[in-house]
Amino acid sequence: MNVTIVDYKSGNISSVINSFEEVAKDKVNIEVTSDLYKIKSSDKVVLPGQGSFKSCVEALNNINGLTDILNEFTITNKKPVLGICVGLQMFADKGYEETETKGLGWIAGKVSKIDNQNGKFKLPHIGWNQINIVKDSKIFKDIKDNSHMYFVHSYEFIPEDKNVISATTDYSSNIVCSVEKENIFGTQFHPEKSDTMGLKIIDNFINL
Amino acid sequence: MLKNRIIPCLDVKNGRVVKGINFIDLKDAGDPVEQAKIYSDGGADEICFLDITASNENRDTIYDVVKKTSKKCFVPLTVGGGVRSVEDINKLLNCGADKVSINTAAVENSKVVIDSSKKFGSQCIVVAIDAKKNGDRWEVFTHGGRNNSGIDVLEYAEKMEKNGAGELLVTSMDRDGTQVGYDIELMSEISSRINIPVIASGGVGNLDHLVDGIKLGKASAVLAASIFHYGKYSVKEAKDYLDSKGIPVRI
Repeated sequence: MNVTIVDYKSGNISSVINSFEEVAKDKVNIEVTSDLYKIKSSDKVVLPGQGSFKSCVEALNNINGLTDILNEFTITNKKPVLGICVGLQMFADKGYEETETKGLGWIAGKVSKIDNQNGKFKLPHIGWNQINIVKDSKIFKDIKDNSHMYFVHSYEFIPEDKNVISATTDYSSNIVCSVEKENIFGTQFHPEKSDTMGLKIIDNFINL
Repeated sequence: MLKNRIIPCLDVKNGRVVKGINFIDLKDAGDPVEQAKIYSDGGADEICFLDITASNENRDTIYDVVKKTSKKCFVPLTVGGGVRSVEDINKLLNCGADKVSINTAAVENSKVVIDSSKKFGSQCIVVAIDAKKNGDRWEVFTHGGRNNSGIDVLEYAEKMEKNGAGELLVTSMDRDGTQVGYDIELMSEISSRINIPVIASGGVGNLDHLVDGIKLGKASAVLAASIFHYGKYSVKEAKDYLDSKGIPVRI
């Protein structure tokens, strides 16, 4: 099996690569590339994302044909995709970081700044927070409710259809921190930095 | 609920840990990779490396250390010490650091913070402030505490937030190495002025100091070196103690 981590030249993806290689060992081939053909022919795709919504979308669009291939992979061929952090946020129709930017539109909804209640909550939301699992998700196999995961973000994904939400976390309000819609998976937290529980989520995705 | 973080810090010189943990079962007490792994297995919320390599020809040793550590530790890794430019930050991130802390370079050239936070995102830019009391205010020191910039710490902290820092790592020079506790006044002044998280550093001698740093100093995270290095307390003991004092920690 081939799992491809999409390297679209935005932000630091070393930790994502290290964690997938650690979990995959020699059982699964982990590819890190922006090569359209390799993405198209892989079995699963990981879409990482760091920095702003706008900069990530721009970086995706800078690689000719990449969004088309990702759309085909995800929407037409319905192969498993995992978005991490801004990778998840880009599933939305729109993001409002810096300026209004069109997302991939795979899950209806928007990405807006976390309401910090006039400075009562510090932003970015940095550190370990517990996840409240609200629906069975395939990537949460053997993950206990209230497990700690590592977060770093100031913006949150607000999907229109609440049924896609698989977990939330409590920071000023119930923030969506994981989604599952058919073959599309996403985590707002960083499984690659969330110790053994995070690696388990990666393992679950690889073994889908 | 968001938990307060405990961050053990390791001083690394020429690729070797300077003050190491004295564990009997440690194969190589000077190996930063092995020590970082002990911390992360013990429940450290993040790991911090401070590179104190003085000579330029050995500067590259830290990259190798970061590369190896990031393949073994799956908690966030912050690396600082001698970071001068956006290119230095890029190199550390590519080696597997999750955050880079910038000290002197942020004072001398604010563009480094502005440009790097734009390029890599605020989440990986930590500005480290070495603060020392002078009369009724604190001033920013650079070059490992040797030079006084004369800049007011509180104003500087606000400026760094505006420039795009994701967190501030605040070290009290007056307290560093004294083991009498954090400079609570300094930490709480900064923390109440800015809206990004503050990591308190400098002066920890016992577990009550960690409690004070969070409760009184309003720090989001507490960094400590020697209390963990010498095996006085394990990270787990520290967390259990904080938990017993009602401080939310990841256990």
